[in-house]
Amino acid sequence: MNSTILQYDVVVIGGGPAGLAAAVKAKEYGLNVLLLDENDYLGGILPQCIHPGFGIHYFREELTGPEFSHRFMQRVKDLKIDYFVKARVLEIKNYSDLEKIVVFTSPEGAFEVWTKAIIYATGARERHAFEIGIVGDRVAGIYTAGEAQTLMDIYGVMPGKEVVIVGSGDVGLIMARRFALEGAKVKAVIELMPYPGGLARNVMILRDFSIPLYLSHKVVEVRGKKRVEKVKVMKVDENLREIPGTEFWIKCDTMIISAGLIPQVKLLTGIGVEIDPATGGPVVNDLLETTVPGIFVAGNSLLINDLVDYVAEQGELAAYGAKLFIENGGIPAEKWIKLEKGNNIRLAVPHYLSGKRDVYIYARVKKPMENVVLNFPEIDKKIRLPVVRPAEMLRIRLRKEEIAKAKDKITMEVIQQ
Amino acid sequence: MTVEVYKFTCIICPLSCDIEVEVENGEIKEIKGYTCPRGKEWAIEEITNPKRVVMSVIKVKNGNMPTVSVKTTKPIPKTKIPELMKLLAEIEVEAPIKVGQIILENPLGLDTKIVATREVEKV
Repeated sequence: MNSTILQYDVVVIGGGPAGLAAAVKAKEYGLNVLLLDENDYLGGILPQCIHPGFGIHYFREELTGPEFSHRFMQRVKDLKIDYFVKARVLEIKNYSDLEKIVVFTSPEGAFEVWTKAIIYATGARERHAFEIGIVGDRVAGIYTAGEAQTLMDIYGVMPGKEVVIVGSGDVGLIMARRFALEGAKVKAVIELMPYPGGLARNVMILRDFSIPLYLSHKVVEVRGKKRVEKVKVMKVDENLREIPGTEFWIKCDTMIISAGLIPQVKLLTGIGVEIDPATGGPVVNDLLETTVPGIFVAGNSLLINDLVDYVAEQGELAAYGAKLFIENGGIPAEKWIKLEKGNNIRLAVPHYLSGKRDVYIYARVKKPMENVVLNFPEIDKKIRLPVVRPAEMLRIRLRKEEIAKAKDKITMEVIQQ
Repeated sequence: MTVEVYKFTCIICPLSCDIEVEVENGEIKEIKGYTCPRGKEWAIEEITNPKRVVMSVIKVKNGNMPTVSVKTTKPIPKTKIPELMKLLAEIEVEAPIKVGQIILENPLGLDTKIVATREVEKV
């Protein structure tokens, strides 16, 4: 197969909010940028997230998902950034630090792009029914929340009338509202954990529409002939083990799985990028560079975020990283200070800090705690917080002077006040 | 004399304050837990006349997408939402559509506009 050879400074893979922000910023830095997306349109999942709540930090006003992405797409047009949609990236090759190859196909043909840096912003995929231990019939009427959202909010198709939602994260709760608004009966939201998974303001949706929430419960089985007819629910104990004798059935024609997102890193693992098991995304430094020099990552392929504003922020930081990398022929740092996870910290990104720049730490706790201190013992930094919850990502700024006080590591821990 | 305590989470901003409102004989006696005046005002309204911004999609003819997403420019009373949703399900618009384009002015006599939130190109 003959492929067309292209040459760019930076290739951004993924046209969602992280990729759009990265491409715009890189272009503003004067870099020659190519943006690739495999969908029919740019914007990632934002065009289907029709609810408000986007951009409060970034634009200082509340926008819907389509409006948020529209602003970035306008910038892409104004700056005349080259992009392909319906572009499927088949392979990334790391030829040398400043010579990387991105192989992709699109309706226009097959292409091989030579580039100095890559910003990887492919987002996440949804966990599906088989991953969360639901057995039973393979019938119509089982969707992930994102699939149902695409059907309703892009194609205008109603996926069902009587709905059980598995998972009380933001996506599940928002889809509960969407179904209720469109006249479907949302019969229950089933949550495995003893607390709701979503932001408090989204949990209020349940009250708005009188939707029952079952905490410490799981769906274990689905039954139906051609379409879902009922699902079996069981209570779980504190170790998340099913309690025999607690099972009951809920009649429904649709089951929506909203059981969390997993960073898409498939093309990266192939070239030896180190993955953090806690985030599911790559191990990165404070410019969001992976363990393969010149490959940067941002957004939900780095770690699962709860605000699009942080995703865009990461895209811009990755673009800055790519600029420094290209200017210097690599990211210089005499030593890297490791960010260690202490008490009640489930994940923390970035993993390595240079002390040469201020950094935002994105972190999540393991379990909810009240009246806590976020403690960084090696640099004598303490932040008081009224409450920490697993559903709400912490975003903490560390100044370069503070980071530079550490020798080789900084521990982040949550302690009771 | 009846005293009722309403507990809810403020949805004005992502801070998500837990607000408690004490209502005695239909009158608001005490509001606790808010951290800004907007939150307090919202809590009062949440008891007396709860309102929501409504979003949906509307069918589009001759567009590159089969629907356009829309929202109300102002929150509307919660009790009016089902009626508005029915109205939105019945209408169809013609591409092209720009972001911010007014689809309906004062629907059902509500003091709000229905505006497009997505761009749809003509095909």
